[in-house]
Order: sequence, then structure tokens, then C-alpha cells
Amino acid sequence: MDVPVLKQGQYLIATVQSALTDADLAQLRHSLVEQVGRFRSRGVIVDVTAVDVLDSFACRTLRDIAHMAGFRGAETVIVGIHPDLAFTMVRLGLSLEGVSTALDLEEGLAFLDKETRRPGRRALHSGAAMPHPEPRKPRGNH
Amino acid sequence: MATIEHILIHSDRDILLARQKGRAMGMLAGFVSTDLTLIATAISELARNILLYAREGEVELHLIQEDRRNGMVIIARDQGPGIHDVERAMQDGFSTSGGLGLGLPGVKRLMDSFELISVPGRGTTVQISKWLHK
Repeated sequence: MDVPVLKQGQYLIATVQSALTDADLAQLRHSLVEQVGRFRSRGVIVDVTAVDVLDSFACRTLRDIAHMAGFRGAETVIVGIHPDLAFTMVRLGLSLEGVSTALDLEEGLAFLDKETRRPGRRALHSGAAMPHPEPRKPRGNH
Repeated sequence: MATIEHILIHSDRDILLARQKGRAMGMLAGFVSTDLTLIATAISELARNILLYAREGEVELHLIQEDRRNGMVIIARDQGPGIHDVERAMQDGFSTSGGLGLGLPGVKRLMDSFELISVPGRGTTVQISKWLHK
């Protein structure tokens, strides 16, 4: 099941709407990292409010998304980890080390607004490491 | 009500199916939402281990009652390569597949009981259970 990704200004918002298979998660990772370049996004929000389980694989994939998007110059924030998931992750010994989280979509947007406004942030992440930026896509012919 | 479910594990879709059936059975048993998430997550981890290490196997879900108390027993079984060093596999941070190495000890912490039987070359069986606390 594909996760819909909404482009909102400088941000990408991925809302997970049902339980995901490992392949779905890998697809989400691929598509977000690709779209950060295509839309020149500065921030990514992954909303996991509707997720039933965040096991070790899901956790690792979320970390990969955040780190890979980071290498591409976009800040990632995971939102909507409900109390049952948080409890289970702690028991299981999982962490989202190095990944920003926020309570919900609203807090996530506020966090990104604050983070992406910091001067020099994009250069820090993507400047020297990516000498060949993706060519700008044509804006469409209408 | 269904008291036993068998789910064959062949692909990542089966992991999803197993944890959804586990959650449904847990609901029948009367578990609260936190426990349902613990159970579903434990099933997810065990089913993924099957896929990762043995490629295929099965997950068995049992709804049981003892002294008028409901519980669930989950058995994950495969005929894969088995675990050569069980003691080490039960230490946090150990993994042979390049994974997080948190699988089995983590699962043990989610449940009330945990038993692991593994014969190298023959396969692995993990049996876990959770009881309704009243």
C-alpha cells in the first residue's frame, strides 16, 4: 500500500494511513528521498498516527529516512507516535536516535518552520557533499 | 470463537497478516490496547526473524484459558539453520544478520514468558505468552 506524500510549500508530508509491509516502508524511504530532490524540499514530516506497530524494521527505516533526507539537505520530523507505540518501543529497546519527533502534525510543522529558518543549515548538510545538484525540473507547460 | 490460528510465513505480507490476526485474537481474549500493541509487535519481530533467517516457517496463535484467566500463546517455528549460540542470541546487541541485534531479548521483555528451542541445522521454535492481568 502506497503512502500518499503531500507537497506543502517547502515541506513533504507523508501520512501513513494503514499498516505497512517491509516493502511498503522501503518504498516510502525511496520515494521521500527522491522527492526531496525533485521538489527541493527543506523539510519532511512522516505522520505515523495510524501505524499499528513500530517494530525494529520500521524504526530503522524511519531513521534511514531522516538521515538520508538529511544528507539531501532536508530536515525530518516523525509525528504521531501514540502512547502504546512509545511504550512498546521502550520495552523493545528501540530508539529513534538522531531523529526529531513531535507530538502531532501541527507541532511538526512548527518545528520545521523553526529549524529551516536557521541560516546556513542547508549549506551545512548538502553544500560540499553534493557537487551535482539535480537539474531543476520544468514547471509544466500550462 | 477461533482458538487456534496458523499463519504461514513466506513474505513480508505474512508478517502483517500474523500481527493483525494476533491483535484480533488478543482483542477476543480481552487485552487492553497497550497489550495488543506489545503482542502485535512481538509477533512482527518473530515472524520477521523467520523470514530473515529461515525464509519460511509458521506462526501459531493460541487463545487459552487457565484458572479462568485468558491468555495467548504464540509459537513461531521454522526449519531454518537454527541458532548456534543461543546464549549469545539472547544478549542485547547481538545479531548475525546485520540487523539491530535487539530482536529476541526485546521480544522477551514484551511478554510474560519466553522459551527458545533451537537445533542447529534443524530449526528454531520460539514460544511466548501473555496473560490477562485482572
